Amino acid sequence: MKLLTHNMLACHIKGVKNNFPFMIEVTKVETCDADYDPEFLRHMFPRIVWPAFLQGAEQMGCRDGLPEAATEEMLQEDTFLKKFHHALLEVRLQEGALVCPETGRKFPVSKGIPNLLLTEDEC
Amino acid sequence: MGKGERPEHTAPPEIFYNEDEARKYTSNSRMIEIQSSLTERAVELLALPDDGVPKMLLDVGCGSGLSGEQLTELGQMWVGFDISPAMLDVAVEREVEGDVCLHDMGHGMPLRPGTFDGAISISAVQWLCNADKSSHDPRKRLKRFFETLYAALRRGARAVLQVYPENASQAEMMVAAAMKVGFSGGLVVDFPHSTRAKKYFLVLMVGTSTYIPQAKGLNGEDSNEERSEVKVHGRGSNKKRKMGDGKGSKGKEWIFKKKEQMRKRGHTDIPLDTKYTGRKRRHIT
Repeated sequence: MKLLTHNMLACHIKGVKNNFPFMIEVTKVETCDADYDPEFLRHMFPRIVWPAFLQGAEQMGCRDGLPEAATEEMLQEDTFLKKFHHALLEVRLQEGALVCPETGRKFPVSKGIPNLLLTEDEC
Repeated sequence: MGKGERPEHTAPPEIFYNEDEARKYTSNSRMIEIQSSLTERAVELLALPDDGVPKMLLDVGCGSGLSGEQLTELGQMWVGFDISPAMLDVAVEREVEGDVCLHDMGHGMPLRPGTFDGAISISAVQWLCNADKSSHDPRKRLKRFFETLYAALRRGARAVLQVYPENASQAEMMVAAAMKVGFSGGLVVDFPHSTRAKKYFLVLMVGTSTYIPQAKGLNGEDSNEERSEVKVHGRGSNKKRKMGDGKGSKGKEWIFKKKEQMRKRGHTDIPLDTKYTGRKRRHIT
């Protein structure tokens, strides 16, 4: 699972208000190559919640070189874009769990697939 | 699956799409062809702006990633959701580009509001119309699915959901559920005159849009797939039942016979048999 996906996911247990972002529990992280596309990064940037992204990057161990706060101007710098691209798309969680920030419910991630199924009393 | 059997009636999706079925599904070239052509059509109906920038799309019921691969080929980014672990395992084995998550769409989409540029779904949403557990209420699950899908899409985004409704009321139920949560749009039916090539697309829009989707094959033409397979056993041939000599009358002989019959029964007002009997009357002006 990429940090891009992590940034989009929110806990959907019924009644949970503080549902974003998921905490990441890491057992195994892998790095895969992905096509570098600055246009896509610029397109997605306004939609990324930066603090959540940083927190995810921290937990996945790829926080290095990412600024505390990012601005639109930085999107013109190639060095920043490369780092952003790497953390957003190339570092992937293989084994671990996503933890709901409110209830602490763990959603296991195995083979890179988060299991977001709910039990009957959660939906 | 035999002809006329619906997988929804066999077992719940997470059980129906077991390892065997998942493998069958992904190695069958016919399935692949159908899935990719449906995806292509769905993306066409999405009418994404043609600016070369990859868009963030949602694939609901992504299965083994056949539709996702098509999206990747078209240069889009996607995240997929499916309820069948076996199908997702195949997707991961095939190293699809998008992330996939194990998830039941009837529980609502686990997404942050306003994040996606569009959504597609190929042959999945009709599963929601079935109640596989005692706790399942199709209407509630449809509502939950559509309201969370609506929230996850950006303003002006579209969702194109290809479905196989079992009957008219099921189609109506899905459309009604979507409209209730605020979507605009409706059902697009491709090849409406054909039984097998007929395809339903639920085209939903967030907010208003000037774009009006156009169904394919409205003037009776069939898709290629259809043309090669279907023989028409129309009712037309029965209509051309032979009637007399085809001139719309039963002929002189028949009239003489009838007149004779009437005379024998004692009728006295029967006109004489002449050379004029049974001739067409001339119009007098």
